[in-house]
Amino acid sequence: MTAGAGEERAAPIRVLIAKPGLDGHDRGAKVLARGLRDEGFEVIYTGLRQTPEMIADAAEQEDVDVVGLSILSGAHMTLLPRIVEMIRSRKMDDVLIAAGGIIPDADIAPLKEAGIAEIFGPGTRIGDIARYFREHARTRT
Amino acid sequence: MAHGPALLTAAVGGDRRALARLLTGIENEDPHVRELLPQIFAASRGAHLVGITGPPGAGKSTLVTALTREYRKRGRRVGIVAVDPSSPYTGGAIMGDRIRMMEHAADRNIFMRSMASRGELGGIAAATWLVAAALDAAGYDPVLVETVGAGQAELEVARLAETTVVVEVPEMGDEIQAIKAGLLEVADVVTVNKADRPGAERSAGQLRAMLAGAGGRFAAPPPILLTIATTGEGVAPLVDAIEADRTRARSPDQARVRARNQLLRAVIERSRRRAEGRVEWDSTVNEIAEHRIDPITAADRLLDT
Repeated sequence: MTAGAGEERAAPIRVLIAKPGLDGHDRGAKVLARGLRDEGFEVIYTGLRQTPEMIADAAEQEDVDVVGLSILSGAHMTLLPRIVEMIRSRKMDDVLIAAGGIIPDADIAPLKEAGIAEIFGPGTRIGDIARYFREHARTRT
Repeated sequence: MAHGPALLTAAVGGDRRALARLLTGIENEDPHVRELLPQIFAASRGAHLVGITGPPGAGKSTLVTALTREYRKRGRRVGIVAVDPSSPYTGGAIMGDRIRMMEHAADRNIFMRSMASRGELGGIAAATWLVAAALDAAGYDPVLVETVGAGQAELEVARLAETTVVVEVPEMGDEIQAIKAGLLEVADVVTVNKADRPGAERSAGQLRAMLAGAGGRFAAPPPILLTIATTGEGVAPLVDAIEADRTRARSPDQARVRARNQLLRAVIERSRRRAEGRVEWDSTVNEIAEHRIDPITAADRLLDT
Protein backbone atom coordinates (compact mmCIF):
# COMPACT_ATOMS: atom_id res chain seq x y z
CA MET A 1 0.00 0.00 0.00
CA THR A 2 1.49 3.30 -1.00
CA ALA A 3 0.84 6.43 0.95
CA GLY A 4 -2.21 7.90 -0.67
CA ALA A 5 -2.39 11.16 -2.52
CA GLY A 6 -2.53 14.19 -0.32
CA GLU A 7 -2.64 12.08 2.79
CA GLU A 8 -0.47 13.31 5.64
CA ARG A 9 1.92 10.52 6.33
CA ALA A 10 4.32 10.32 9.20
CA ALA A 11 7.97 9.97 8.24
CA PRO A 12 9.16 6.36 8.42
CA ILE A 13 11.00 5.33 11.58
CA ARG A 14 14.72 4.96 10.88
CA VAL A 15 16.42 1.97 12.46
CA LEU A 16 20.11 1.09 12.53
CA ILE A 17 20.73 -2.66 12.68
CA ALA A 18 24.29 -3.41 13.72
CA LYS A 19 26.33 -6.46 14.68
CA PRO A 20 28.86 -5.50 17.35
CA GLY A 21 31.80 -7.74 18.09
CA LEU A 22 33.37 -10.62 16.34
CA ASP A 23 30.77 -13.28 15.68
CA GLY A 24 30.10 -13.80 12.01
CA HIS A 25 26.47 -14.83 12.17
CA ASP A 26 24.27 -12.21 10.63
CA ARG A 27 21.39 -14.19 9.23
CA GLY A 28 19.19 -13.17 12.14
CA ALA A 29 20.12 -9.52 11.67
CA LYS A 30 19.36 -9.72 7.95
CA VAL A 31 16.03 -11.45 8.51
CA LEU A 32 15.13 -8.74 11.01
CA ALA A 33 16.21 -5.97 8.59
CA ARG A 34 14.05 -7.48 5.89
CA GLY A 35 11.13 -7.97 8.27
CA LEU A 36 11.31 -4.38 9.47
CA ARG A 37 11.44 -3.16 5.87
CA ASP A 38 8.21 -5.06 5.27
CA GLU A 39 6.77 -3.32 8.32
CA GLY A 40 7.54 0.05 6.71
CA PHE A 41 10.73 0.95 8.57
CA GLU A 42 13.77 2.48 6.92
CA VAL A 43 16.55 0.15 7.96
CA ILE A 44 20.23 0.98 7.77
CA TYR A 45 22.21 -2.23 7.93
CA THR A 46 25.86 -1.80 8.82
CA GLY A 47 27.12 -5.34 8.52
CA LEU A 48 29.41 -7.43 10.68
CA ARG A 49 32.15 -6.70 13.18
CA GLN A 50 31.23 -3.20 14.21
CA THR A 51 33.04 -1.50 17.05
CA PRO A 52 30.99 0.51 19.56
CA GLU A 53 32.45 3.68 18.07
CA MET A 54 31.46 2.73 14.52
CA ILE A 55 27.92 2.04 15.68
CA ALA A 56 27.67 5.34 17.54
CA ASP A 57 29.10 7.24 14.55
CA ALA A 58 26.65 5.60 12.18
CA ALA A 59 23.71 6.29 14.52
CA GLU A 60 24.77 9.92 14.70
CA GLN A 61 25.20 10.51 10.97
CA GLU A 62 22.06 8.62 10.07
CA ASP A 63 20.04 10.31 12.83
CA VAL A 64 18.21 7.07 13.52
CA ASP A 65 15.31 6.72 15.94
CA VAL A 66 16.24 3.18 16.98
CA VAL A 67 19.49 1.24 17.27
CA GLY A 68 19.01 -2.54 17.15
CA LEU A 69 22.02 -4.60 18.19
CA SER A 70 22.31 -8.25 17.29
CA ILE A 71 24.86 -10.18 19.31
CA LEU A 72 25.56 -13.88 19.52
CA SER A 73 29.17 -13.90 20.64
CA GLY A 74 28.65 -13.83 24.40
CA ALA A 75 30.43 -10.48 24.71
CA HIS A 76 27.19 -8.60 25.32
CA MET A 77 27.98 -7.63 28.91
CA THR A 78 31.08 -5.78 27.71
CA LEU A 79 29.93 -4.43 24.36
CA LEU A 80 26.32 -3.40 24.88
CA PRO A 81 26.87 -1.03 27.85
CA ARG A 82 29.83 0.46 25.99
CA ILE A 83 27.66 1.15 22.94
CA VAL A 84 24.96 2.78 25.07
CA GLU A 85 27.60 4.95 26.68
CA MET A 86 29.08 6.03 23.33
CA ILE A 87 25.67 6.84 21.88
CA ARG A 88 24.64 8.84 24.95
CA SER A 89 27.98 10.65 25.01
CA ARG A 90 27.11 11.96 21.55
CA LYS A 91 24.03 13.58 23.07
CA MET A 92 21.66 11.13 21.45
CA ASP A 93 19.52 10.86 24.54
CA ASP A 94 16.28 10.02 22.84
CA VAL A 95 17.48 7.17 20.63
CA LEU A 96 15.92 3.83 21.56
CA ILE A 97 18.54 1.10 21.97
CA ALA A 98 17.40 -2.52 21.86
CA ALA A 99 19.26 -5.82 21.56
CA GLY A 100 18.61 -9.31 20.31
CA GLY A 101 20.47 -12.59 20.10
CA ILE A 102 21.66 -15.13 22.59
CA ILE A 103 21.51 -13.40 25.95
CA PRO A 104 21.04 -15.40 29.18
CA ASP A 105 18.10 -14.39 31.37
CA ALA A 106 20.42 -13.49 34.23
CA ASP A 107 22.03 -10.77 32.08
CA ILE A 108 18.80 -9.07 31.09
CA ALA A 109 18.30 -6.99 34.23
CA PRO A 110 21.85 -5.59 34.32
CA LEU A 111 21.67 -4.78 30.59
CA LYS A 112 18.41 -2.90 31.07
CA GLU A 113 20.05 -1.13 33.98
CA ALA A 114 22.83 -0.15 31.57
CA GLY A 115 20.34 1.43 29.17
CA ILE A 116 19.28 -1.33 26.78
CA ALA A 117 15.55 -0.69 26.52
CA GLU A 118 14.48 -4.19 25.56
CA ILE A 119 16.02 -7.54 24.75
CA PHE A 120 14.52 -9.85 22.16
CA GLY A 121 15.54 -13.48 22.42
CA PRO A 122 15.42 -16.23 19.80
CA GLY A 123 11.96 -16.88 18.45
CA THR A 124 10.68 -13.34 18.92
CA ARG A 125 8.22 -12.44 16.17
CA ILE A 126 9.26 -9.56 13.97
CA GLY A 127 5.79 -8.09 14.27
CA ASP A 128 6.30 -7.82 18.02
CA ILE A 129 9.64 -6.08 17.56
CA ALA A 130 8.07 -3.69 15.04
CA ARG A 131 5.24 -2.90 17.45
CA TYR A 132 7.70 -2.29 20.27
CA PHE A 133 9.74 0.09 18.09
CA ARG A 134 6.62 1.96 16.97
CA GLU A 135 5.44 2.36 20.55
CA HIS A 136 8.77 3.36 22.03
CA ALA A 137 10.69 5.22 19.35
CA ARG A 138 10.85 8.98 19.88
CA THR A 139 8.34 11.14 18.17
CA ARG A 140 9.97 13.83 16.13
CA THR A 141 9.08 17.39 16.86
CA MET B 1 18.71 20.26 20.32
CA ALA B 2 18.54 23.60 18.61
CA HIS B 3 15.82 24.44 16.12
CA GLY B 4 15.58 26.86 13.25
CA PRO B 5 18.52 29.12 12.44
CA ALA B 6 20.49 27.91 15.50
CA LEU B 7 20.33 24.36 14.12
CA LEU B 8 21.72 25.53 10.80
CA THR B 9 24.45 27.54 12.49
CA ALA B 10 25.48 24.53 14.55
CA ALA B 11 25.37 22.22 11.52
CA VAL B 12 27.47 24.57 9.41
CA GLY B 13 29.82 25.11 12.34
CA GLY B 14 30.81 21.45 12.52
CA ASP B 15 28.27 19.94 14.94
CA ARG B 16 27.66 16.55 13.34
CA ARG B 17 24.60 15.80 15.41
CA ALA B 18 23.02 19.09 14.32
CA LEU B 19 23.90 18.37 10.70
CA ALA B 20 22.29 14.93 10.95
CA ARG B 21 19.15 16.51 12.41
CA LEU B 22 19.09 19.11 9.67
CA LEU B 23 19.29 16.41 7.01
CA THR B 24 16.39 14.57 8.66
CA GLY B 25 14.37 17.77 8.66
CA ILE B 26 15.05 18.27 4.96
CA GLU B 27 14.11 14.70 4.19
CA ASN B 28 10.93 14.80 6.27
CA GLU B 29 9.94 18.25 4.96
CA ASP B 30 9.86 19.61 8.46
CA PRO B 31 8.24 23.07 8.16
CA HIS B 32 10.90 24.64 10.42
CA VAL B 33 13.62 23.34 8.15
CA ARG B 34 11.65 24.40 5.07
CA GLU B 35 12.03 27.98 6.28
CA LEU B 36 15.81 27.50 6.38
CA LEU B 37 16.14 26.46 2.74
CA PRO B 38 17.04 29.95 1.48
CA GLN B 39 19.77 30.15 4.11
CA ILE B 40 21.05 26.64 3.34
CA PHE B 41 21.19 27.58 -0.32
CA ALA B 42 22.97 30.84 0.48
CA ALA B 43 25.47 29.07 2.74
CA SER B 44 26.79 26.95 -0.17
CA ARG B 45 30.56 26.79 -0.27
CA GLY B 46 30.60 25.61 -3.85
CA ALA B 47 31.19 21.90 -3.32
CA HIS B 48 31.55 19.73 -6.39
CA LEU B 49 28.35 17.71 -6.60
CA VAL B 50 29.12 14.35 -8.16
CA GLY B 51 26.48 11.76 -9.05
CA ILE B 52 27.53 8.11 -9.20
CA THR B 53 25.13 5.93 -11.12
CA GLY B 54 24.98 2.65 -12.99
CA PRO B 55 23.22 -0.69 -13.06
CA PRO B 56 22.81 -2.73 -9.86
CA GLY B 57 25.90 -4.75 -9.03
CA ALA B 58 28.26 -2.58 -11.07
CA GLY B 59 30.15 -1.76 -7.90
CA LYS B 60 28.88 1.75 -7.17
CA SER B 61 29.16 1.46 -3.38
CA THR B 62 32.64 -0.04 -3.53
CA LEU B 63 33.67 2.64 -6.00
CA VAL B 64 32.32 5.39 -3.74
CA THR B 65 34.42 3.92 -0.92
CA ALA B 66 37.49 3.93 -3.17
CA LEU B 67 36.79 7.46 -4.43
CA THR B 68 36.42 8.61 -0.82
CA ARG B 69 39.82 7.09 0.01
CA GLU B 70 41.41 8.96 -2.91
CA TYR B 71 39.74 12.29 -2.07
CA ARG B 72 40.82 11.91 1.56
CA LYS B 73 44.41 11.34 0.36
CA ARG B 74 44.08 14.68 -1.39
CA GLY B 75 43.00 16.31 1.86
CA ARG B 76 39.35 16.78 0.95
CA ARG B 77 36.39 16.39 3.30
CA VAL B 78 33.90 14.07 1.69
CA GLY B 79 30.11 14.11 1.96
CA ILE B 80 28.25 11.02 0.77
CA VAL B 81 24.55 10.55 0.11
CA ALA B 82 23.65 6.95 -0.72
CA VAL B 83 20.14 6.44 -2.06
CA ASP B 84 18.43 3.05 -1.88
CA PRO B 85 14.93 2.20 -3.08
CA SER B 86 11.86 2.32 -0.86
CA SER B 87 9.33 -0.47 -1.14
CA PRO B 88 6.33 0.86 -3.06
CA TYR B 89 4.12 -1.41 -0.97
CA THR B 90 5.22 -0.77 2.61
CA GLY B 91 7.32 2.38 2.29
CA GLY B 92 10.10 0.52 4.07
CA ALA B 93 13.69 0.29 2.84
CA ILE B 94 16.95 -1.47 3.55
CA MET B 95 20.02 0.66 3.11
CA GLY B 96 23.25 -1.28 3.08
CA ASP B 97 25.80 1.16 1.73
CA ARG B 98 27.54 1.59 5.04
CA ILE B 99 28.71 -2.04 4.90
CA ARG B 100 31.32 -1.13 2.31
CA MET B 101 32.28 2.10 4.04
CA MET B 102 33.69 0.34 7.10
CA GLU B 103 37.27 1.48 6.53
CA HIS B 104 36.12 5.11 6.75
CA ALA B 105 33.97 4.64 9.84
CA ALA B 106 36.14 6.54 12.27
CA ASP B 107 37.05 9.40 9.92
CA ARG B 108 35.48 12.65 11.14
CA ASN B 109 36.18 14.29 7.78
CA ILE B 110 33.59 12.09 6.13
CA PHE B 111 29.86 12.43 6.57
CA MET B 112 27.73 9.71 5.08
CA ARG B 113 23.97 9.66 4.95
CA SER B 114 21.73 6.85 3.68
CA MET B 115 18.46 7.93 2.08
CA ALA B 116 15.49 5.88 1.02
CA SER B 117 14.02 6.98 -2.30
CA ARG B 118 10.52 7.38 -0.75
CA GLY B 119 8.48 6.99 -3.89
CA GLU B 120 9.17 7.55 -7.56
CA LEU B 121 8.02 11.10 -7.93
CA GLY B 122 8.10 12.04 -4.30
CA GLY B 123 11.22 13.98 -3.81
CA ILE B 124 14.01 11.54 -4.48
CA ALA B 125 15.83 14.09 -6.57
CA ALA B 126 14.60 17.19 -4.78
CA ALA B 127 15.37 16.01 -1.24
CA THR B 128 18.60 14.32 -2.29
CA TRP B 129 19.80 17.51 -3.84
CA LEU B 130 18.86 19.58 -0.80
CA VAL B 131 20.62 17.12 1.50
CA ALA B 132 23.69 17.48 -0.71
CA ALA B 133 23.38 21.28 -0.49
CA ALA B 134 23.37 21.06 3.32
CA LEU B 135 26.51 18.89 3.26
CA ASP B 136 28.08 21.50 0.98
CA ALA B 137 27.17 24.26 3.45
CA ALA B 138 28.75 22.18 6.23
CA GLY B 139 32.05 22.18 4.34
CA TYR B 140 32.09 18.81 2.61
CA ASP B 141 33.56 18.93 -0.89
CA PRO B 142 33.01 16.87 -2.95
CA VAL B 143 29.54 15.60 -2.18
CA LEU B 144 29.13 12.18 -3.78
CA VAL B 145 25.57 11.09 -4.49
CA GLU B 146 25.20 7.39 -5.13
CA THR B 147 21.92 6.61 -6.83
CA VAL B 148 19.64 3.59 -6.74
CA GLY B 149 20.49 0.80 -9.12
CA ALA B 150 18.47 1.29 -12.25
CA GLY B 151 15.48 2.84 -13.93
CA GLN B 152 14.42 6.42 -14.50
CA ALA B 153 15.10 7.77 -11.04
CA GLU B 154 18.84 7.79 -11.33
CA LEU B 155 18.63 9.82 -14.51
CA GLU B 156 16.79 12.43 -12.46
CA VAL B 157 19.58 12.58 -9.91
CA ALA B 158 22.13 12.68 -12.71
CA ARG B 159 20.47 15.77 -14.14
CA LEU B 160 20.92 17.54 -10.83
CA ALA B 161 24.54 16.60 -10.27
CA GLU B 162 27.31 18.73 -11.72
CA THR B 163 29.37 15.75 -12.80
CA THR B 164 27.76 12.39 -13.43
CA VAL B 165 29.90 9.28 -13.32
CA VAL B 166 28.34 6.25 -15.00
CA VAL B 167 29.70 2.95 -13.72
CA GLU B 168 29.62 0.10 -16.22
CA VAL B 169 31.00 -3.42 -16.01
CA PRO B 170 32.70 -5.48 -18.72
CA GLU B 171 30.53 -7.33 -21.21
CA MET B 172 27.34 -5.64 -20.11
CA GLY B 173 25.97 -5.88 -23.59
CA ASP B 174 26.74 -5.39 -27.23
CA GLU B 175 27.40 -2.10 -28.97
CA ILE B 176 23.71 -1.46 -29.35
CA GLN B 177 23.42 -1.03 -25.59
CA ALA B 178 25.79 1.90 -25.81
CA ILE B 179 23.78 3.77 -28.41
CA LYS B 180 20.41 3.22 -26.81
CA ALA B 181 19.04 6.26 -25.07
CA GLY B 182 19.53 6.33 -21.36
CA LEU B 183 22.28 6.09 -18.85
CA LEU B 184 25.26 6.74 -21.09
CA GLU B 185 23.67 9.91 -22.44
CA VAL B 186 23.92 11.54 -19.02
CA ALA B 187 27.53 10.49 -18.44
CA ASP B 188 30.21 13.13 -17.98
CA VAL B 189 32.70 10.43 -17.06
CA VAL B 190 32.34 6.70 -17.71
CA THR B 191 34.24 4.02 -15.86
CA VAL B 192 34.29 0.35 -16.73
CA ASN B 193 34.59 -1.10 -13.24
CA LYS B 194 35.67 -4.65 -12.32
CA ALA B 195 38.31 -4.15 -14.99
CA ASP B 196 40.16 -7.28 -13.84
CA ARG B 197 37.42 -9.27 -15.52
CA PRO B 198 37.90 -10.50 -19.06
CA GLY B 199 36.71 -8.19 -21.77
CA ALA B 200 37.19 -4.95 -19.85
CA GLU B 201 39.51 -3.37 -22.43
CA ARG B 202 37.25 -4.47 -25.23
CA SER B 203 34.18 -3.06 -23.49
CA ALA B 204 35.94 0.26 -22.93
CA GLY B 205 37.02 0.29 -26.57
CA GLN B 206 33.49 -0.39 -27.77
CA LEU B 207 32.11 2.35 -25.57
CA ARG B 208 34.75 4.76 -26.87
CA ALA B 209 33.93 3.90 -30.46
CA MET B 210 30.20 4.22 -29.94
CA LEU B 211 30.36 7.48 -27.98
CA ALA B 212 32.94 9.17 -30.23
CA GLY B 213 31.22 11.77 -32.33
CA ALA B 214 27.87 10.72 -30.97
CA GLY B 215 26.87 14.34 -30.59
CA GLY B 216 24.04 14.63 -28.12
CA ARG B 217 24.62 16.61 -25.00
CA PHE B 218 28.22 17.65 -25.42
CA ALA B 219 30.68 18.42 -28.16
CA ALA B 220 33.26 16.04 -26.72
CA PRO B 221 32.51 12.46 -25.73
CA PRO B 222 33.00 11.62 -22.03
CA PRO B 223 36.31 10.08 -20.98
CA ILE B 224 36.10 6.32 -20.51
CA LEU B 225 38.28 4.84 -17.80
CA LEU B 226 38.97 1.44 -16.29
CA THR B 227 38.77 0.85 -12.53
CA ILE B 228 38.99 -1.99 -10.06
CA ALA B 229 37.19 -0.49 -7.09
CA THR B 230 38.07 -3.38 -4.76
CA THR B 231 41.82 -2.77 -5.13
CA GLY B 232 41.70 0.94 -5.88
CA GLU B 233 43.34 0.50 -9.25
CA GLY B 234 42.48 3.29 -11.67
CA VAL B 235 40.71 5.31 -9.00
CA ALA B 236 43.25 8.17 -8.91
CA PRO B 237 42.84 8.78 -12.68
CA LEU B 238 39.07 8.61 -12.18
CA VAL B 239 39.24 11.35 -9.54
CA ASP B 240 41.44 13.35 -11.94
CA ALA B 241 38.78 13.00 -14.63
CA ILE B 242 36.00 14.02 -12.24
CA GLU B 243 38.04 17.02 -11.12
CA ALA B 244 38.74 17.97 -14.72
CA ASP B 245 35.01 17.95 -15.45
CA ARG B 246 34.37 20.48 -12.73
CA THR B 247 35.40 23.35 -15.00
CA ARG B 248 32.97 22.28 -17.72
CA ALA B 249 30.21 21.82 -15.16
CA ARG B 250 30.79 25.33 -13.81
CA SER B 251 30.46 27.08 -17.16
CA PRO B 252 27.52 29.53 -17.21
CA ASP B 253 25.74 27.41 -19.82
CA GLN B 254 25.99 24.24 -17.75
CA ALA B 255 25.03 26.06 -14.57
CA ARG B 256 21.88 27.22 -16.35
CA VAL B 257 21.07 23.71 -17.58
CA ARG B 258 21.34 22.43 -14.04
CA ALA B 259 19.37 25.33 -12.60
CA ARG B 260 16.64 24.67 -15.14
CA ASN B 261 16.50 21.01 -14.10
CA GLN B 262 16.32 21.99 -10.45
CA LEU B 263 13.52 24.43 -11.14
CA LEU B 264 11.65 21.93 -13.29
CA ARG B 265 11.88 19.30 -10.58
CA ALA B 266 10.68 21.76 -7.94
CA VAL B 267 7.79 22.99 -10.12
CA ILE B 268 6.61 19.43 -10.76
CA GLU B 269 6.82 18.59 -7.08
CA ARG B 270 5.14 21.78 -5.93
CA SER B 271 2.29 21.48 -8.45
CA ARG B 272 1.75 17.90 -7.43
CA ARG B 273 1.53 18.94 -3.80
CA ARG B 274 -0.82 21.79 -4.62
CA ALA B 275 -3.10 19.55 -6.66
CA GLU B 276 -3.08 16.81 -4.05
CA GLY B 277 -3.90 19.32 -1.37
CA ARG B 278 -7.11 20.44 -3.10
CA VAL B 279 -10.39 19.31 -1.56
CA GLU B 280 -11.53 18.31 -5.07
CA TRP B 281 -8.67 15.78 -5.38
CA ASP B 282 -10.64 12.68 -4.33
CA SER B 283 -13.74 13.56 -6.35
CA THR B 284 -11.54 14.26 -9.37
CA VAL B 285 -9.90 10.85 -9.00
CA ASN B 286 -13.36 9.29 -8.97
CA GLU B 287 -14.42 11.25 -12.05
CA ILE B 288 -11.42 9.93 -13.96
CA ALA B 289 -12.02 6.38 -12.73
CA GLU B 290 -15.61 6.63 -13.97
CA HIS B 291 -14.45 8.06 -17.32
CA ARG B 292 -16.32 11.29 -16.79
CA ILE B 293 -13.24 13.42 -17.39
CA ASP B 294 -9.81 12.86 -18.94
CA PRO B 295 -6.72 13.19 -16.73
CA ILE B 296 -5.20 16.14 -18.61
CA THR B 297 -8.32 18.30 -18.38
CA ALA B 298 -8.68 17.28 -14.76
CA ALA B 299 -5.10 18.31 -14.03
CA ASP B 300 -5.62 21.70 -15.69
CA ARG B 301 -8.74 22.20 -13.63
CA LEU B 302 -6.92 21.39 -10.38
CA LEU B 303 -3.95 23.64 -11.15
CA ASP B 304 -5.64 26.56 -12.89
CA THR B 305 -7.59 27.84 -9.95
